[in-house]
Amino acid sequence: MPADLLLYLVIAVMVLIIGGGVFLGLVRARTARPLPPLPVEERPSRVEVPESAQGRLARLRSRLARSDSPMGRGILAILARDRLDEGSWEDIEDVLLGADVGVGPTRELVAHLRSRMRVEGAATPERVRDVLREELVRVLAPDMDRTLAVDGRDDLPGVVLVVGVNGTGKTTTVGRLARVLIADDKTVLLGAADTFRAAAVDQLQTWGQRVGVETVRGPEGGDPASVAFDAVQRGTARGVDTVLVDTAGRLHTKTGLMDELGKVKRVIEKQAPVTEVLLVIDATTGQNGLTQARVFAEVVDVTGIVLTKLDGTAKGGIVIAVQRELGVPVKLVGIGEGADDLAPFDPETFVAALLDAA
Amino acid sequence: MFDTLQDRLAATFKNLRGKGRLSDADIDATAREIRIALLEADVALPVVKEFVTRVKERARGAEVSAALNPAQHVIKIVNDELVAILGGETRRLRFAKKAPTVIILAGLQGSGKTTLAGKLGRWLREQGNSPLLVAADLQRPNAVTQLQVVGAQAGVKVFAPQPGNGVGDPVVVARDSIDEARRTLHDVVVIDTAGRLGIDAELMQQAADIRDAVRPDEILFVVDAMIGQDAVTTAQAFLDGVGFSGVVLSKLDGDARGGAALSVAQITGRQVMFASNGEQLTDFDVFHPDRMASRILGMGDMLTLIEQAEKAFDAEETARAAAKLQGGGGDFTLDDFLQQMQAVRKMGSLSKIFGMLPGMAQVKDQIADIDERDIDRIQAVILSMTPAERANPKMIDGSRRSRIARGSGTSISDVNGLVDRFFEARKMMAQLANGGGIPGMPGLPGLGKRAKTRQQPKKGKGKRTSGNPARRAAEEKAAAMPRDSQPAAVSPFGDPKGAPDGIDSEASSDFALPKELRDLL
Repeated sequence: MPADLLLYLVIAVMVLIIGGGVFLGLVRARTARPLPPLPVEERPSRVEVPESAQGRLARLRSRLARSDSPMGRGILAILARDRLDEGSWEDIEDVLLGADVGVGPTRELVAHLRSRMRVEGAATPERVRDVLREELVRVLAPDMDRTLAVDGRDDLPGVVLVVGVNGTGKTTTVGRLARVLIADDKTVLLGAADTFRAAAVDQLQTWGQRVGVETVRGPEGGDPASVAFDAVQRGTARGVDTVLVDTAGRLHTKTGLMDELGKVKRVIEKQAPVTEVLLVIDATTGQNGLTQARVFAEVVDVTGIVLTKLDGTAKGGIVIAVQRELGVPVKLVGIGEGADDLAPFDPETFVAALLDAA
Repeated sequence: MFDTLQDRLAATFKNLRGKGRLSDADIDATAREIRIALLEADVALPVVKEFVTRVKERARGAEVSAALNPAQHVIKIVNDELVAILGGETRRLRFAKKAPTVIILAGLQGSGKTTLAGKLGRWLREQGNSPLLVAADLQRPNAVTQLQVVGAQAGVKVFAPQPGNGVGDPVVVARDSIDEARRTLHDVVVIDTAGRLGIDAELMQQAADIRDAVRPDEILFVVDAMIGQDAVTTAQAFLDGVGFSGVVLSKLDGDARGGAALSVAQITGRQVMFASNGEQLTDFDVFHPDRMASRILGMGDMLTLIEQAEKAFDAEETARAAAKLQGGGGDFTLDDFLQQMQAVRKMGSLSKIFGMLPGMAQVKDQIADIDERDIDRIQAVILSMTPAERANPKMIDGSRRSRIARGSGTSISDVNGLVDRFFEARKMMAQLANGGGIPGMPGLPGLGKRAKTRQQPKKGKGKRTSGNPARRAAEEKAAAMPRDSQPAAVSPFGDPKGAPDGIDSEASSDFALPKELRDLL
């Protein structure tokens, strides 16, 4: 009788709350998000011509190769041994775990590797490395479509909605993406739907000004859905190719904020279909990245993932876990501090660079 | 999702109950589970290894007490160790003998430094200090503006001589800020620096230059609770690069387990001093090691739950409902019930809430099966009643039932069930609200002890009461399950003889507890 149990559970929680509320007397009302004062600051800026998408990939390759990848190095060190014993397998497992791949995918990967090696018989370190590379690439599903849907149909602009938890680099990603699109001779409009964080709108506008792109903004503390709506409306009227909508960072645990996000998307779709929903995940994120991805996918139907801050020591093993869990491909990676440090994600390059490091 | 250590250990020990001492094989099996649990909580691998070794040693030597089953015993050891590492001694901010006290915030990009500067500023102001926030993040576009806005919200003065966006030298800004603070009589200076990566030698040098320029009393390393294995590398890089004296854990309001807290504390030996757990400037608190330990182990966190509840519930409504219950329960109507139920929903998905209740992990499968729409159905039934019926459910007779069923799109038996259970529940709640035990339910061993271990000074009372229903619900669930799938139903840290409060051995006919469960208690 699930309904019975359910009811009891609800009652249990209620009593808990009542008890807690009464005895603690510490009831705090959740206040509405405050409306911060609106700083208006216009800065003259010259228009920069961003680096073309060409060559970014090469830079990713060199950067990954240059960075002291713990993952690549670790595996190399293990595989440089003469023979593989139980300890070596465990070490490989540890290396993957240490790269935030997660317990599940790691076990699966190592199990595959082991069974393949067993079938093949004599396992030389080189062979193991090749097979490991293959397995890593296989987990990353290289045949998935990783192109960005930035073009709309029938005179409508393509709409890209960028979402994620706080501090992963959404605004920066939108700024960089605008540069990529401008470099590809597309017309772009930015929608600053992060009306919550102080100065987020200004941050985006600064990005836009650098490449001469207009930013549609609303009052700070206003309804993000209305800003997004306005942006897409103006984009349609102007006939731009793509409207990029930046949203406020929100933890996936905040039901209210997630509902707000759902509304942003629904409202945009009154104007034009959202062609791409990019979830921005920080490469340093641990296993919680999975939960984030799951919840965001539920609310706004994520179509691609942007992995940022991959230039640090974190190696973004979370890519593997997230893609395995969600089936949503990683489409872009953020690899540096520069304005043009956004590159398309390519599993083969990624894995090769990781394993060939050191 | 709810794969907690408790769960895993319970499964491992399923066949071991009653053994007096843990064998080496048992301990190894346990160690594996602890390892996985910690890894899934994002504790860094080297830390996990060290930790597991230590737990193994302790478990090997220890005699399993008669009071705790092996799983509980191991969990107790794990918990003790966790608290020992996380807690140590909690430290307060060190203030300079001669003002101004200088605090530098450092961390990765997006870890929440600027927001924290505002929170810290506000907190310091409330403590009677006069803080000055310094905008030394001249890197990120409009970080300076953000700090200015945050400062204005916090009612704290912001020193921002440079516009930022790549213009200006943060070292100079930091140095000038000290003079500015002296001149304007601010006694604490909080310097917000740009986010930087541990491997970025240039920026690390800049951070070190800022440090040398202002000679801070505290350097706080701000780290995101969601960070994974990289926590150790990053923390070490910052420790070597600029050094830090304390750690602040940000974004604790998410559902990340926050293993990073353990990693950083263990590797660097620096204590976590503050926790930042929300978007409001007031969402800032000193760090509670014991809560964090439970969280890392995924064992549910009653206090967090209660805090969330406080946010979701209307204080007056709740007090009124409680008063009605205390008055014998007769005044508690279906309207009140509905209101409370809606408030529960506001706290998030039911499965999440139940996941936070201790002991619930054992019934995670059922929790996963919970259909949120059942609540909608219950609501529909209640809303299909007339106000009079809601106020006095006793008046609902056969024809009213069929009308309500038709109105809400449910069946008569659904309505029957709801009304019956409402009466039953009301009775129980009234008893609970009056501080009595629960009829038909066995007592709650271990509760008193638990209450003590979790005690926070300002939240002394009431935990026992609030703990009751959770435990009760867990046991109810447990009662509905076959014995082997409800291991360790007793409180994890509980010492049964420690707190046999409210034991009522009389089992009423309403609840047919399985014999095993009764024996267990």
